[in-house]
Amino acid sequence: MIRLTRRYHFPAAHVLSHPSFSAERNWEIYGKCANPNGHGHNYGVEVTVAGPVDERSGRVIDPKRLDEIFRERILARFAYRLLNEDELFAQQVPTAENVAAVIYERLSGPLAALGPARLRRVRVVETHRNSFSYGAAE
Amino acid sequence: MAAVRLARAIEFSSSLRCWREDLSQEENRQLFGPATSQHGHNYRLEVTLRGEPHPVTGMVMDLKDLQEVLDREIMARFDHRDLNRDTPYFEKQPPTPENLARTIYRILLATLPEGMLDRIRLYRDPDLWVDVVEPEASA
Repeated sequence: MIRLTRRYHFPAAHVLSHPSFSAERNWEIYGKCANPNGHGHNYGVEVTVAGPVDERSGRVIDPKRLDEIFRERILARFAYRLLNEDELFAQQVPTAENVAAVIYERLSGPLAALGPARLRRVRVVETHRNSFSYGAAE
Repeated sequence: MAAVRLARAIEFSSSLRCWREDLSQEENRQLFGPATSQHGHNYRLEVTLRGEPHPVTGMVMDLKDLQEVLDREIMARFDHRDLNRDTPYFEKQPPTPENLARTIYRILLATLPEGMLDRIRLYRDPDLWVDVVEPEASA
């Protein structure tokens, strides 16, 4: 088994606040991230798949299809958007933890349909100082 | 004492093209896209060893010795070379990052003291890398 990781980026805005809490309570929990006008990040997303190398192509996964799936499932949906407005974040605060899990769930099925390689891990690099991963530990 | 992991990195620059002689031009284009033309990358290789530190020197392996192995086995073979024309490894398989990583893993596995190679990570560029963690039976 070989693991292949591809790194992508997308810019997006978010507000960390729970809709059922007061502004004061949200400020207590999330601090400056609760600014109701929003703030944003260049999210880095590392997508790791694991599988056998296909001997014909020498690949674990077709990199062109991987890019297409990421573009369709993630970039088209989240790049240059306010994440709070997406229905996927209607019931959960768009913390980077939740963003990592949502990205994992949106990629897992379409990637599995391509062949034997399976999604192993999604790591969201929110800033150079914060990263969050979902799936396997490494 | 428990095992310790040690990592050392090297960087090398190579040219390559992904092309299979047994396929038509159209099939090659389909499979490899623009990588069918000769191009190049600055590869970065991170080699991780695992072992117990020597009771006296405190080292898993002398970094000087490890660097010698990496210079002789990897740099001399691949740095400022063409992977297709200057190495014997890609006559029957395309030099994709996966195949290059597997080739390097096998070379190091055969060269380093037994049981010491833990894993390698090969960066094709900062946005794409391959990890080989376990030895493979074939290929």
